[in-house]
Amino acid sequence: MSDTQLTPEELAGQKYKYGFTTDIAMEEFPKGLSEEIVRLISAKKQEPEWLLEWRLKAYRLWCESEEPHWAHIHHPPINYQDYYYYAAPAKAAPKSLDEVDPELLKTYEKLGIPLNERAALAGVAVDAVFDSVSVATTFRETLAKAGVIFCPISEAVREHPELVRKYLGSVVPQSDNYFAALNSAVFSDGSFVYIPKGVRCPMELSTYFRINARNTGQFERTLIIADEGAYVSYLEGCTAPQRDENQLHAAVVELVAMNDATIKYSTVQNWYPGDAEGRGGIYNFVTKRGACRGRNSKISWTQVETGSAITWKYPSCILQGENSVGEFYSVAVTNHHQQADTGTKMIHIGKNTRSTIISKGISAGKSNNTYRGLVRILPAASGARNFTQCDSLLIGEECGAHTVPYIENRNLTSKVEHEATTSKIAEDQLFYCRSRGLSQEDAVGLIVNGFCKDVLKELPMEFAVEAQKLLSVSLEGSVG
Amino acid sequence: MLEIKNLRARIGEKEILKGIDLTVPTGEIHAIMGPNGAGKSTLSYVLSGRDGYEVTEGEVLYNGVNILELAPEDRAAAGMFLAFQYPVELPGVGNANFLRTALNAVRRKRGEPELDAVAFLKSARAAIKSLQMNEDFLKRNVNVGFSGGEKKRNEMLQMALLKPGLAILDETDSGLDIDALRIVSEGVNALRGPSFSALVITHYQRLLDHIVPDMVHVLAGGRIVRSGPKELALELEARGYAGVEAA
Amino acid sequence: MTALPTKKLEAWRYTDLRALERLSFGAVPAAALPALPEFAGPIVVFANGRMSAPLAAPLGDGREFAPVQEHGPQSLAHINAEQAQDGLSLSVPAGIDGGALLMLSHNAGETPFAAHPRHRVTLGDNARLTLIELVKGEGVYWHNPVADIALHGGAVLTHIRLQQESTAAFNTTLIRANVAAGAAYEHFTATIGAKLSRTELHVSLLGEGARADLNAAQLLRGEQHGDFTAVVRHAAPNCASRQTVKSVLADDAHGVFQGRIEVAKGAQKTDGYQMSRALLLSERATMDIKPELEIFADDVKCSHGATIGALDAEQLFYLRSRGINEPEARAMLIHAFLEEAFAPVTDEAAHKLLIEAIGTWWTTP
Repeated sequence: MSDTQLTPEELAGQKYKYGFTTDIAMEEFPKGLSEEIVRLISAKKQEPEWLLEWRLKAYRLWCESEEPHWAHIHHPPINYQDYYYYAAPAKAAPKSLDEVDPELLKTYEKLGIPLNERAALAGVAVDAVFDSVSVATTFRETLAKAGVIFCPISEAVREHPELVRKYLGSVVPQSDNYFAALNSAVFSDGSFVYIPKGVRCPMELSTYFRINARNTGQFERTLIIADEGAYVSYLEGCTAPQRDENQLHAAVVELVAMNDATIKYSTVQNWYPGDAEGRGGIYNFVTKRGACRGRNSKISWTQVETGSAITWKYPSCILQGENSVGEFYSVAVTNHHQQADTGTKMIHIGKNTRSTIISKGISAGKSNNTYRGLVRILPAASGARNFTQCDSLLIGEECGAHTVPYIENRNLTSKVEHEATTSKIAEDQLFYCRSRGLSQEDAVGLIVNGFCKDVLKELPMEFAVEAQKLLSVSLEGSVG
Repeated sequence: MLEIKNLRARIGEKEILKGIDLTVPTGEIHAIMGPNGAGKSTLSYVLSGRDGYEVTEGEVLYNGVNILELAPEDRAAAGMFLAFQYPVELPGVGNANFLRTALNAVRRKRGEPELDAVAFLKSARAAIKSLQMNEDFLKRNVNVGFSGGEKKRNEMLQMALLKPGLAILDETDSGLDIDALRIVSEGVNALRGPSFSALVITHYQRLLDHIVPDMVHVLAGGRIVRSGPKELALELEARGYAGVEAA
Repeated sequence: MTALPTKKLEAWRYTDLRALERLSFGAVPAAALPALPEFAGPIVVFANGRMSAPLAAPLGDGREFAPVQEHGPQSLAHINAEQAQDGLSLSVPAGIDGGALLMLSHNAGETPFAAHPRHRVTLGDNARLTLIELVKGEGVYWHNPVADIALHGGAVLTHIRLQQESTAAFNTTLIRANVAAGAAYEHFTATIGAKLSRTELHVSLLGEGARADLNAAQLLRGEQHGDFTAVVRHAAPNCASRQTVKSVLADDAHGVFQGRIEVAKGAQKTDGYQMSRALLLSERATMDIKPELEIFADDVKCSHGATIGALDAEQLFYLRSRGINEPEARAMLIHAFLEEAFAPVTDEAAHKLLIEAIGTWWTTP
């Protein structure tokens, strides 16, 4: 691994450069997970005692719990002792574009990613990275001026321990589920965001660049706090297909919104899905949850999931504050042998809380795509409202589309509405497009994008364009 | 020039077209009339390449190329345009996006440069204006919630933009009202010229009052049973199909 | 005895049988013949789980009972198989229209007891039958019937259940139906009685053009718990299924609807529909809904919808603005909601019995 793999934040603050170099010596860390490894991770990160204890508690909880099997996914048993839990061995970065898999480059080209970015994504040492240094610097200055904290969570542990200690695990406790416990024990790094009272974050925060750092994102932990009246839009892009073998990702994302605060969290996930025969691909077990703690607070999740061999993910909202709002907009595409079991939980606790769920699932090839969602209205949630729409589109005869909604209503004055449909791309729609000159694939792309429009329009502009192209690319070869 | 030679086609086991011979020289507009079940819609679908119709014999040459071997999109790129009897709805797909994607796909295949968003909007707006349409059209989803007349207008707008060399209008039994009749005829007449031909498939003569054909063919029982000048349409109107077939 | 299912099982997450588990059952008491309702056709009576009147009907051979083997995963069916001693065995020969048959199940005793009847209904090719079940009782008991239904090609069974168990009783009913090509199973359950009840249906559409309509109305009050669980498996192409459940819940009542449409690979042109509407009349009433779709074929039309809410304030206001007082306006709206729920019951005799069973439910919440 070379310097070019560093994140903008790391490049911006030179001291982390050396910290990173030290990490590289960690290649000799043994495989597997034990209390010893957890202690080592914490020690290497020079963490305070309380965080080590927090990790150890998580580790013990993980040891006592069992891998969940209720989702509509199947995979060979995961041997947790066969993974590296810290700074896994780095692969040598390719020296030029010529060394990069041409298939990968073709995909980038189709996604419309500019040449220098394509190189950066593929991990090639080019000038693009220097561009990102300056980008990162201006970035930091603008944010600092606004009082926004945006840094790696490991840095936040050192620089803002009171905030981290107060909020870490307050939305997703270590005991929440098997994968959250695992993440809590071994999380490598991730983002920390704090938007102070009354501040509207002056730019969209993005992990786009940081994703380029390879082999570090397996157990990301993200914590975003929007204080009273604050606003932030956070983008998480995993637009770089990774060429890993059944690599395990178990991330945790926690969001906290105080009175009148809004957090918009957008994800475009395109991890390596495995090949057409179902070999390889990422196992993506992610716990994402937001707490609308304050009055009139709002948390909005938008996700476009096209990658990973397995996706297990339910970005959720706990609607505690009066009049708080939760939203979940999702597009999940599965092709070949991919399996996605994704959805949301909307827990209505406070009065007049509202939630909207729009889910679009597209299955092709031999894949299985499941929407799983819970809407729970608790007795105190008078005047609560939920609207859910989940639609499935099937392409081909060998795929599966499943809808598993749970609706639990404990309040008379609340109103819950749920609609779901299943359909296929109609022959006459395809023919109509083709008779106007569109190729079969372009026609499928167009119709699928139309099917997903209600979700795509929630994405920030530049993300939406990328997501649209991604949908078409993901479904290539799925029709006729 | 469109040349249909001994075209036979069937749906499943049922033969619908039983040897059609027809030539439409470039620059001419021909009408095909015929009773219900004569095979008029089948002919338009076979010409534009819809699945489900099996051509068992014959060929269709458009400018010398056997188009039966081409995919529907390649026929479109070659300059053929089918105006649908019942235009299909595409929920969530914006009309502007659809038109531009189609136009650029066709232009690419014809070796013409693609239009950027600005150039496209300019030509789309010009076409909309000439068809006396509202610009809202571009913002709406393709045919979703359109009235019958609006759908026809949208077909004509697509035709105006794609500038086909051959238009096939499938108006069989669609019960066009006066308004729709006018829209379709104005759309076709606007393109009329030495490099444009059209095949107007219709059950009733009245469309031909607006689009005056160079030739009229009668399709019955899967064959062309009579051909003649435009006056033939009037004769059909007066005597009915039975009389003509017998003649 | 086989253990009862617990809430840890996904299929039982909303229905808790611990109250049933705490009961101890004594011997089945001798039963008196209950009063018979007015009914033009043949009536068969089960009292405390035993058939107590011969089947005076031209439908076949009366009862035939033999111990049964259970292989399925449902533990209540296993308990039934272990304990079953009697049941209705009914077959309508091919081509025969069996008309309407009333089955009255009545359970009553001084001390808690359990009844596990096991019924079998078979309709030959193109046979027809309307089976109306009146389920009543007094006191504390557990009624755990299992019914296996086989419908041959083109047969139509209309099955209407009016569940009016004692409000101290438990009712767990399992109905399994195999529906052949062109046959139809039309089911309606009105859940009015029992402290805790669950109607669980597993219907397999095995031949082309088979159809299942699984409808229910739940009218619950006090601390009643009513669960309607319906699974339809589309194993053949061109089959249609409908599940509609309407629930009216007063006081502390708890309604549950779990529906699942399974579309097997190759079951193209499936038309599946699920709808659940619940009307909550009290602050403490609760409703849980889980309408699932599991689809392995691409050319299908499946949809589901669910709504839960209170009486529509605007409708109430509209009625009141026309001079109708609030209680009356509420009663009108509840009645209207129920009328819609009863729409599937088209059989005249069944409809009359249903209206009797409901009484003035909506005016006295």
